[in-house]
Amino acid sequence: MFSEELEKISWEQTTHDIYSKTDADVRRALAKDRLDVEDFKALISPAAEPYLEVMAQLSRKYTMERFGKTISMFIPLYITNSCTNSCIYCGFNHNNPMARTILTEEEIVNEYKAIKKLAPFENLLLVTGENPAAAGVKYIGKALDLAKPYFSNLQIEVMPLKAEEYAELVDHGLNGVICFQETYNKANYNIYHPRGMKSKFEWRLNGFDRMGQAGVHKIGMGVLIGLEEWRTDVTMMAHHLRYLQKTYWKTKYSVNFPRMRPSESGFQPNVVMTDRQLAQLTFAMRIFDHDVDISYSTREAPQVRDNMATLGVTTMSAESKTEPGGYYTYPQALEQFHVSDERTASEVDTALRKLGREPVYKDWDQCFDFRQN
Amino acid sequence: MDKLIIAGKEFSSRLFLGTGKFDSNDLMENSIIASGTEMVTVAMKRIDLDNTEDDMLRHINHSHIQLLPNTSGVRDADEAVFAAMMAREAFGTNWLKLEIHPDPRHLLPDSIETLKATEKLVKLGFVVLPYCQADPVLCKQLEEAGAATVMPLGAPIGTNKGLQTREFLKIIIEQANVPVVVDAGIGAPSHAAEAMELGASAVLVNTAIAVAGDPVAMAKAFRKSVEAGRMAYQAGLGSTSFTAQASSPLTAFLNI
Repeated sequence: MFSEELEKISWEQTTHDIYSKTDADVRRALAKDRLDVEDFKALISPAAEPYLEVMAQLSRKYTMERFGKTISMFIPLYITNSCTNSCIYCGFNHNNPMARTILTEEEIVNEYKAIKKLAPFENLLLVTGENPAAAGVKYIGKALDLAKPYFSNLQIEVMPLKAEEYAELVDHGLNGVICFQETYNKANYNIYHPRGMKSKFEWRLNGFDRMGQAGVHKIGMGVLIGLEEWRTDVTMMAHHLRYLQKTYWKTKYSVNFPRMRPSESGFQPNVVMTDRQLAQLTFAMRIFDHDVDISYSTREAPQVRDNMATLGVTTMSAESKTEPGGYYTYPQALEQFHVSDERTASEVDTALRKLGREPVYKDWDQCFDFRQN
Repeated sequence: MDKLIIAGKEFSSRLFLGTGKFDSNDLMENSIIASGTEMVTVAMKRIDLDNTEDDMLRHINHSHIQLLPNTSGVRDADEAVFAAMMAREAFGTNWLKLEIHPDPRHLLPDSIETLKATEKLVKLGFVVLPYCQADPVLCKQLEEAGAATVMPLGAPIGTNKGLQTREFLKIIIEQANVPVVVDAGIGAPSHAAEAMELGASAVLVNTAIAVAGDPVAMAKAFRKSVEAGRMAYQAGLGSTSFTAQASSPLTAFLNI
């Protein structure tokens, strides 16, 4: 389990190492074609800032080699905002008195139909809060079953589950799981996640091992930028990524570094990452790992998303609603956060094509999911 | 140099030696000593299994050396398992270099039979070090089957052609959770150093030492090159220069 590996890595020492990286360390990392975590640290360090243009060139080159000129498109659907956690930065915080929604089966299907009218989305991400008693594995499994006639690739972003529960959902057609650790800083984790199951750092951290054990095809990871020193946090994620790749080597991985957005929680980010730093991190991740999926959601502004779509980003959402039922049933419900890119899916599509990129909606088929047949 | 650990056992040398092709057992023994190796593989087909005083074995057996019987000569998994049982009985060790090459010309390892045999032998309690193709997927499968190391080839055995499989070895090394020992094809100390610089855990050398003009001197040269390569790997190799391309700026949008 990764918790044992993380114990061996000191947060303070890692931070110190990153800020001690030199020009020579950066140049060495740029010259390698297979980088280790030390190289990654160099590329996200302040010492690499003068090399941003070179990093962009390399990132574009590697992205072109592995992904060509395609951007994989997905759309999230929040099916409930009911949540027993009290994450202090999240709009779904249990203490937030706003009304909660758990979509009915009929409402879920209406959402699916509404999504299909936006763009030819085939890659669906189902999102929930954490309330297993009211919206647990059975509920999610049902939502997956209902999605099959409409979508060919089904992913979830829900509370961490047991390995057998992931396996159960794989039998319902689940292809991928996204889970953000939010922060790898164990000492401070509970400041942000004070109650509910999400307050259990190891349970969440080792959820990725459980996904791997259950044979989930694709695992998405993420650090929420705005909580802790981002350079240290993403370095821990780089360690985690390498560990998972070595252990669950048949799984495909994606990484996310969402920057915190305003929400009903009113929480103000502890650290702010500039666009320049986001670009540096994105290039560094691509140079570190040529074939990991790098995903930008609608948290990011159109201008950043469009430019980065040719430089390293390979997966994007569009026209996302972060409130349950937001596409059809309840367009005014409580949202998790406010999006930055408010363009319609077809506007995003047009913009990407203008940049010489092909938005790809379908790159999976259910006939490959032999376990459910 | 840091210790190499295989199946819980520590080794101070990262050079493994093969024992074929020497022109005398004395020269072989002197080469083994000069190389500093602590792991020596011997083809069980070469040994008189009924004679504990076998001459070749007598020249290999030293207290600091882990004897690694190999199954060279077997053609499939069943033969390998049978040979392994014989080797365990005869040599008193459960360590085994698994080699299955149905092809008598190039002695290339049979991936499918090697994986099958590894699964069986691990269950039978062997410490299995399989000689295999430089195939990253196969190496992960061998690791999952319980192999103590993987031993991908650098080039066809005996060819001295060096790391022809370099790109695949890099992937194998990056992905492995067990030691990676580059076996076969290492024809010169520079090849051994290159493998170690790439991050290989150890190398196995036979032909290049056995058929050298002066095998003992060559064994010493390999010893030094393996140590140098390992030290260089740990020290962090300096950069080969990267070249930035002149182009219209890609990051101008960030200046707005």
